[in-house]
Amino acid sequence: MNALLAVIRRDLRLALRQGSDSMMVVAFFVLTVVLFPFGVGPESGILERVAAGVLWVTALLASMLSLDRLFQTDYEDGSLDLLTMAPMPLSVIVLGKVAAHWLTTGLPLILAAPVLAVLLNMNSEGFGVLIAAMAVGTPTLSLIGAVGAALVLGARRGGVLLSLLVLPLYIPVLIFGVSAIDAAVMGFEYRAQLLIMGAMLLVSLALCPWATGAALRQAVE
Amino acid sequence: MHRFANPNRFLKLANAILPWSNGVLVVSLLAGLALALVWSPGDYQQGDTVRIMYVHVPAAWMGMFAYVAMAVASAVALIWKHPLADLAGRATAPVGAAFTFVCLVTGALWGKPMWGTWWVWDARLTSMLILLFLYFGYMALHNAFDDPQRGAKAAAVLALVGVVNVPIIKFSVDWWNTLHQPASVVRMDGPAVDPSMLWPLLVMGLAFKAFYVSVVLLRIKAEIADAKIRALRMSEIHG
Repeated sequence: MNALLAVIRRDLRLALRQGSDSMMVVAFFVLTVVLFPFGVGPESGILERVAAGVLWVTALLASMLSLDRLFQTDYEDGSLDLLTMAPMPLSVIVLGKVAAHWLTTGLPLILAAPVLAVLLNMNSEGFGVLIAAMAVGTPTLSLIGAVGAALVLGARRGGVLLSLLVLPLYIPVLIFGVSAIDAAVMGFEYRAQLLIMGAMLLVSLALCPWATGAALRQAVE
Repeated sequence: MHRFANPNRFLKLANAILPWSNGVLVVSLLAGLALALVWSPGDYQQGDTVRIMYVHVPAAWMGMFAYVAMAVASAVALIWKHPLADLAGRATAPVGAAFTFVCLVTGALWGKPMWGTWWVWDARLTSMLILLFLYFGYMALHNAFDDPQRGAKAAAVLALVGVVNVPIIKFSVDWWNTLHQPASVVRMDGPAVDPSMLWPLLVMGLAFKAFYVSVVLLRIKAEIADAKIRALRMSEIHG
């Protein structure tokens, strides 16, 4: 537990001192969402209809773009070698790094989402569910993304490859995230979708750190 | 299983199997096509378009089967570090991707006259599309590293992660209310397909399976030959 906290604290401190990374993620999120009214037209009816999907897709992309800093810098400066040799399971370290990644990218996205939802004329019924769905969904994104980020360490054109690996696996989160919000906006029951998202979070919480650890070990071999 | 990790022993076995699988392929494909296109009845609602099923369904079966085979090969490669298992996974991926692609295309061709649309975003179709992307990711990751060993291992981990998708494809028609019809061949209470259509389907399934075995064995043989050529060239340069 101490080790987990130590890893989280280290990564948070690095993220804060290196400065603007999490602001960049939020800025990307905001800018991309702002592009949509220009693309599909500013009629409030259309925006209201696509709001949930636009928010989720852009949050997904923003979360994916920040994945490369999860392991890349540690891989380059050699601290990853030391972390894999540390006297604790590698999956615990991975969990700590993923938690720090979520705190610096997922959390700002959740905070920014309701503001953008207002800009997109989303029905206010959906706000609570939007936050709840993002709170359950974005940790899943970080966990799945960690597997992809670990797999492409040292690859040629890692960034493009990462999107090919990670985006297909993000699709379930996207489907249920959007359908929960849509259900809430139309006044239907949305509990089932949130529960399924919770189940996906638990499954990826159990499996992803382990798979990421396996991938990291091969990267530093 | 460790006996067959030796490439020479494997080559002997592959050469023994290949004539048989080729023979089964030719016979069952000819018989299956004749049964499916000529001797099976048209559907009372769908007419002759039902014959798309005889390609669509076996392709879907093989798309999933090839993925599972690739994942098993990947697991063997990671756990026991058999180089042949790496080759088997690598050889399977494009074949499985092709089956999945054929399944999606024939599904679209069948969907247009029956559902009135080429594509719907329902659970079965979407999960099959994800399977195709997983194949692409596997192949891309395999080739993304300067060190082929590293690429093989990374791709193996990805193949294992993607296995979660296979049961989702299989049960998607039961879990969600989809436009795609529910399972009608592999069911607890026996197949719901009439024997006059079931038999051509099963024969075509056998043909697809034989095709898969032949092509994968050929591809593994080619990979082994490729490795030998590379080793010879290296020894020429350094020798």
